[in-house]
Amino acid sequence: MKKTLLNKDKGKDFLTYAVVIVAFVIMQFLSSQGKLSSAVTGYLVPVCCYIVLAISLNLLVGVCGELSLGHAGFMGIGAFSGVVLATLLKNTVDNATLRLILAMVFGGTLAGLIGFLIGIPVLRLRGDYLAIVTLAFGEIMKNIIGNMYVGTDESGFRFAIATAKPKLVGKGKWILSGAMGVTGIKKLSTFAVGFGLILFTLFVVLNLINSKEGRAIKAVRDNRIAAESVGINVTTFRMKAFVVSAFLAGMAGALYGLNYSSLDAAKFNFNTSINILVFVVLGGMGNILGSVISATVLYILPEAMRGLADYRMIIYAVVLILVMLFTWSPKVKEYTSVVADRMKHLFKKEKEAAAK
Amino acid sequence: MSNQYPKNTVQVPTFNTYRESDAGKPLVLDVRNLGIDFGGLTAVDSFSVSLGPTEICGLIGPNGAGKTTIFNLLTGVYQPTRGSVLINGIDTKGMSTHKVTKLGIARTFQNIRLFTDMSVLDNVKVGMHNQIKCSFASSLFRLPGYFAAEKRANARAMELLDFMGLADLADQKAGSLPYGVQRRLEIVRALATNPSIILLDEPAAGMNPSETTELMHQIRRIRDTFHIAIFLIEHDMNLVMNVCETIAVLNYGRLIAKGTPEEIRQNPTVIEAYLGKEDGQ
Amino acid sequence: MNILQYLINGISIGSVYAIIALGYTMVYGIAKMLNFAHGDVIMVGAYICYCVTVYLGLPVLAGVLLSMVVCTVLGITIEGLAYKPLRGTPSLAVLITAIGVSYFLQNAAQLIWSSNPKSFTSIVSNMKPLHLFGSLTITGEVIVTVAVSVVIMIGLTWFTSSTRIGKSMRAVSEDRDAAQLMGINVNRTISITFAIGSALAAVAGVLMCSSIPVLMPTTGSMPGIRAFTAAVFGGIGSIPGAMLGGILLGIIETFAKAYLSTQFSDAIVFGVLIIILLVKPAGLLGKQVQEKV
Repeated sequence: MKKTLLNKDKGKDFLTYAVVIVAFVIMQFLSSQGKLSSAVTGYLVPVCCYIVLAISLNLLVGVCGELSLGHAGFMGIGAFSGVVLATLLKNTVDNATLRLILAMVFGGTLAGLIGFLIGIPVLRLRGDYLAIVTLAFGEIMKNIIGNMYVGTDESGFRFAIATAKPKLVGKGKWILSGAMGVTGIKKLSTFAVGFGLILFTLFVVLNLINSKEGRAIKAVRDNRIAAESVGINVTTFRMKAFVVSAFLAGMAGALYGLNYSSLDAAKFNFNTSINILVFVVLGGMGNILGSVISATVLYILPEAMRGLADYRMIIYAVVLILVMLFTWSPKVKEYTSVVADRMKHLFKKEKEAAAK
Repeated sequence: MSNQYPKNTVQVPTFNTYRESDAGKPLVLDVRNLGIDFGGLTAVDSFSVSLGPTEICGLIGPNGAGKTTIFNLLTGVYQPTRGSVLINGIDTKGMSTHKVTKLGIARTFQNIRLFTDMSVLDNVKVGMHNQIKCSFASSLFRLPGYFAAEKRANARAMELLDFMGLADLADQKAGSLPYGVQRRLEIVRALATNPSIILLDEPAAGMNPSETTELMHQIRRIRDTFHIAIFLIEHDMNLVMNVCETIAVLNYGRLIAKGTPEEIRQNPTVIEAYLGKEDGQ
Repeated sequence: MNILQYLINGISIGSVYAIIALGYTMVYGIAKMLNFAHGDVIMVGAYICYCVTVYLGLPVLAGVLLSMVVCTVLGITIEGLAYKPLRGTPSLAVLITAIGVSYFLQNAAQLIWSSNPKSFTSIVSNMKPLHLFGSLTITGEVIVTVAVSVVIMIGLTWFTSSTRIGKSMRAVSEDRDAAQLMGINVNRTISITFAIGSALAAVAGVLMCSSIPVLMPTTGSMPGIRAFTAAVFGGIGSIPGAMLGGILLGIIETFAKAYLSTQFSDAIVFGVLIIILLVKPAGLLGKQVQEKV
């Protein structure tokens, strides 16, 4: 009895890994055969980023049950810190992949650290209030990064948060220049590293979910008071989930930032947070494989509809509403189950007739 | 853990309301002049009770007398306005629920609070949370410590489920179980925290007579197997009178009597609280 | 400019936030959902008024009334088609649907009116600004905005406390099941709430675009988020809270821009919100509900 339960969980995790690996192998194969158009090749890295973002947000929203509307803020922290580090290390670390990985680790660490600092006061709030505060933090983060100056000059490393561009001492260069963001980034991100990041994320998140910590987090979501009554420190576990989620989002952000030649703070706004949330909800709360699939499909869907020009976003909106109605509405569910029953019935009859 | 708090070891007095085998041992629960006000309303006032290490004590009283409020005070859900609660000799003043639980107190809820979306086994394993020694890093990266700890936890959880006759249901979703089974699962979850006292809030509510009889045996069996104290709120007088060695009676937030079932049955104040004054009818 | 001038400007912007926040707070109170499409209803209202006055050449009052009618119908339609079928499902499902509706409205507006900004003519363009004490200037927009919001606040307070429908709205927001058992038509009450909220959004759209005359399909989203913040600030679900929160937010924003920094005004406004919530977790006038154990 106990065995079947464990096997079921393992089976699902295995399926998740398998889907990701098979998808990677297929895309790699097609790419080596030169069968991928440049547009599709361009999607590969951002899709990896959004998959990681969706999984990490799912940890918070689906598993932990806390709505966050500021995930793009952590992505932004990771993106800018990663890009800055990669630029600084340009001459010290030769290997591009190593530089990318260092940038990702740095971006993730910084995002996790800021997540921790934010979490101390904020995680006392719950539900919609936590949601609005995360939204506020996302906006603050965007606002601060948009007025941040990071660079090097003859006096060494320079960092400033200011309303006007500060003066450099002697010869030097701003890497991050306020609202202008970063330009002239050397693209480092590759599909292979993106794939590696997805695997790492799956490993961490799936392990976490199936551990004592994961059970505690789910327990807090299901019934906070009961969780406290068995000795679980609710704040600690919300914090753990929050920091892990921010860390992964930061890593994805660094990968994202190093995939483009320029980057500005406006990209990491409320709409981006919302898009990631849409991936999570449509993929299914707490369903990691669902997040992977829905992030992929929903990222590609509007891109693939570019031919439809002005209509694409309106179609996307309608699809989104319809999907929500079909998956959640009790009436629609009832109707579809009736239809399904009839179909089954019909099928059975035909089979019986055939048997006769 | 224990040495960071001043320990106050009052021993079980030797008069007859306590179990003889408890005599001379330290109290597991010692409540002194407990009181709480909500706004201007006094819900509980000067409530004192103490339980020996293997005592089964009932807490009875009319609806709205403040019984569940007392459980909430004991477990740190509410902070008392007055008085103190000592669990295993340690004052719980200012502690949050999860810290109080670590001192060795566990509870069930009147309106069942299971982790409905999780399996029965996982519910018990959540209860064992503080017993499972496995670092955050080893569960995140599946280090060897994780597997060993999980294996032990599974075995222990199954043992506890088996004890309450729930082993067959281990992989069912907790929310899908019938009412009586859910109540028993809550008890298993409470036992999983390795407590020295458990509080049962109306364990027989919603159970049919045969389930209640079964429960009565189980309550005694829990005490005899785990050697812990049990403090229970119950309206089923048959259960209370048969299972409890001592009974505390609460009315309007005050303790009006404590004694053996026999003493309580004959106590005029208790009869009055339950039935009203004779001349008032 | 002196401090009084900033205060007046702040109250004016805050009044618009307050009107939008009322829509958020009433819908939240009654349907327990964050209606993210509310900001876009503001934008639709402003466009309708623009079309009626510019393309049809009708007087301003007709523009305002017509945009209120259109938004009311729009609000009821959105609620009936997108939110009603999801009643009783987790609030996150409804939230995502609201986001879908928001995308839909923005992109539909872009198809109809294109993404080029339209310059909105103020509805009180022929009113001369008042000059007081030499340096103080009060524009017609400020007077009208503040006057309209005061009327709305008084009207709404009277409506919810004294009328039958208003009382049933309060009952439904307090306890939906109990209200239903008392014979209140919950579905109709929710529809009416959306209708009122959307009509207010139309008014807010017209007032806002009179002060800041740039009209685009995304015009509503940022004020929408700000007003939502204002609603939380005052205690979401509370009508006086939304009014207070809106006006305070407007004042804080204006003062932050004037005395601290224009670039950091977002950070300051949201920072203040966070601090308020940490001190008073249910907002300024919100009720702290304790979970019964």
